Amino acid sequence: MSDLAEKKEIIRQLKEKILSMEGFCTGADSQLHDFGLGSMSAAFPGGTFPVGAIHELISSSETCAAAANGFMAGLLRTLMKREGFCLWISVGHKLFPPALKFFGIEPHRVIFIDVRREKDGLWIMEQGLKCNALAAVVAEIRDISFAESRRLQLAVETSKVTGFIHRLHPRTENTLACVSRWKIRPLASWTDGLPGVGFPRLEVELVKIRNGRPGIWQFEWRNRSFRLLPDRNQVAVKPAVSPKQRHYA
Amino acid sequence: MPKRYLYIWFRYLATDRLAKVRPELRGKSFLLYTPEHGRMVVKASSRQLTKEGISPGMVVADVRAILPSVEVFSADTVAEEKLLNDLAEWCIRYCPVVATDSPDGLILDISGCPHLWGGELSYIQSITNRLRKGGYEVRAAIADTVGAAWAVARYGRNETIIESGKQAEALSSLPPAALRLDDIILQRMDKLGFRQIGQFVSIPRLNLRRRFGDALLMRLDQVLGILPEPLQPVQPAPVYLERLPCLEPIRTVTGIEIAIKRLLEALCERFIQEGKGMRTGILKGYRIDGELEQISIGTNRASRNAIHLFKLFELKIQEIEPALGIELFTLEATLVEDVTENQEALWSTANRDRTAISELLDNIAGKVGIQTIRRYLPQEHYWPERSIKKVSSLDEQPETEWPTDRFRPIHLLPKPEPVDVMVVLPDYPPMHFRYKGEIIRIARADGPERIEQEWWLQNGPPRDYYRVEDDRGARYWLFRLGLYGNKKPQWFLHGYFV
Repeated sequence: MSDLAEKKEIIRQLKEKILSMEGFCTGADSQLHDFGLGSMSAAFPGGTFPVGAIHELISSSETCAAAANGFMAGLLRTLMKREGFCLWISVGHKLFPPALKFFGIEPHRVIFIDVRREKDGLWIMEQGLKCNALAAVVAEIRDISFAESRRLQLAVETSKVTGFIHRLHPRTENTLACVSRWKIRPLASWTDGLPGVGFPRLEVELVKIRNGRPGIWQFEWRNRSFRLLPDRNQVAVKPAVSPKQRHYA
Repeated sequence: MPKRYLYIWFRYLATDRLAKVRPELRGKSFLLYTPEHGRMVVKASSRQLTKEGISPGMVVADVRAILPSVEVFSADTVAEEKLLNDLAEWCIRYCPVVATDSPDGLILDISGCPHLWGGELSYIQSITNRLRKGGYEVRAAIADTVGAAWAVARYGRNETIIESGKQAEALSSLPPAALRLDDIILQRMDKLGFRQIGQFVSIPRLNLRRRFGDALLMRLDQVLGILPEPLQPVQPAPVYLERLPCLEPIRTVTGIEIAIKRLLEALCERFIQEGKGMRTGILKGYRIDGELEQISIGTNRASRNAIHLFKLFELKIQEIEPALGIELFTLEATLVEDVTENQEALWSTANRDRTAISELLDNIAGKVGIQTIRRYLPQEHYWPERSIKKVSSLDEQPETEWPTDRFRPIHLLPKPEPVDVMVVLPDYPPMHFRYKGEIIRIARADGPERIEQEWWLQNGPPRDYYRVEDDRGARYWLFRLGLYGNKKPQWFLHGYFV
């Protein structure tokens, strides 16, 4: 019996070693960043959201893009906690800075860069990822090739800055050297029969995660933190709304 | 080396200035006045008016009586002084020591300069021609002493050059006023019949002192060069310029890089000593075929970090075309600002981060332009488009808190897009709306939040905002422009919520 426990311990240590060699933070580091994702964290390698890596978010519509940006803002809140600055690169700037305040970010700590060409955006993202004074770099870029994403990954590995690539209507969902691929969709809010719009709810789909377990979770943004909805079966993904249920303020 | 001085007299400085500001006055008769003891006294008269016999010191009312058509303006002594200073700084191109002689003269210590222009005659002509082209009536003279140059410029022929040591001869035919004497002494001389300087130069000094006091002797000595006359040169703006002549013409990128590094090191050392930093810099490469290649950089904050500045130049090296080779590099910091790093050292880590970020932004600005980088600060307006303002500096902090009392969308459309809606009752949110050909059914709605136009900024109908959620969970920000009344109000989509 003790033999088995010993083996388990060795395997655990080896796993941790491999993860740290692959650039994921483990153990002690995880205490620094609590993203409030609750039990979803178990899906990540080492049980913590991978910082110092590049995440890819794919949106298929404008409304999904808004949801994805909101989700990112929720994550950035934790990353920027310690007086950090964040770079937000986009082609055709749409983000409305005051909304970031609702996600606990000081909007004036975000530096927006509005580029005309996507190539410039990637160049800026690489430069930003090399600068470890930044808390995070977000790029709203439509298309990126595998080679380009690898350059970004290499930059991240030395600087440990977290990067987000948000792709709206990508031509192809090609493989990238990113640690994860997310798809965020808005969900109908729950008001318990009361009129009005409730707290925003999101369906977070982790399509790919290196060394982790993909899955689908549902979150509600309430009181400046994520709240994992207990069981995704409780809330239908696409609730059918009967005309009777329509409430107006 | 014997000293040589050039005196430039701007005969109509005040009126020339006004004629430059208001070109319609050029060639007209007008005068400038200052109030004095409750009267308006002529301060300066234009050239045409001077020909008519109007001179400073007359009363404006008298001038009007003589010439009813004369135009009258009030004098601006501050602007004139500033103009004289600017002209003095401009003259630094001709010699390094330039002093102003208020109110309308410049003294240039030209010792050792005129040979660069091919002699004193072409030197003086070059200066006077350029000033004349610039719209100023000038008279100039060169002499061994300031006093002699002053006297000849004002009382002698224009562009006179007094040879070295010949002051006494040149001045002998000039009136005593050319010695810069007080009115009292001048009146006394006039009474005694001294009309020319030559008449009293040879009189024993003892007698002159008894009659006219020390002032006359001092002026005479100054004119003749026996007494030195100190100048107070205008302070030229320090030039931050480094030069690097090359033994062999430089043609390669590596060569240019080394040149830039050397220049930056020298310049940054100077910046560190003086507590300054570079905001903009220009690198010029003088090619052996006479062409000039140049690249320029700008930074967000004053920087004296040679490595960082080199990185900025490095991005632009490709723009340099060395052709047959570059023989001389110059690096000039055209905009220099004080760096306040010592004070910020208190919170060193944050400051280091900030420096790193501003250096990153410099890099980005060098690549895609400074106008692409933005930060936003809150403004105290409810109207969404006016609720934020753009800032460019990294140090600017918000004056007010970001508002959180109202929900704001995460995406705001740059221009509200019109939508077709179906509304059950006025002042109710729509049942559904059509946007880009798609019908979106609304399941839940919040609102309205009425935002009125700020009448002191703009007039127009108010907006009633609704936060709506469709049957698939997407959340939108809609507004109705105007109220239901005689005209049908229009609906717009203005943003997306999370």
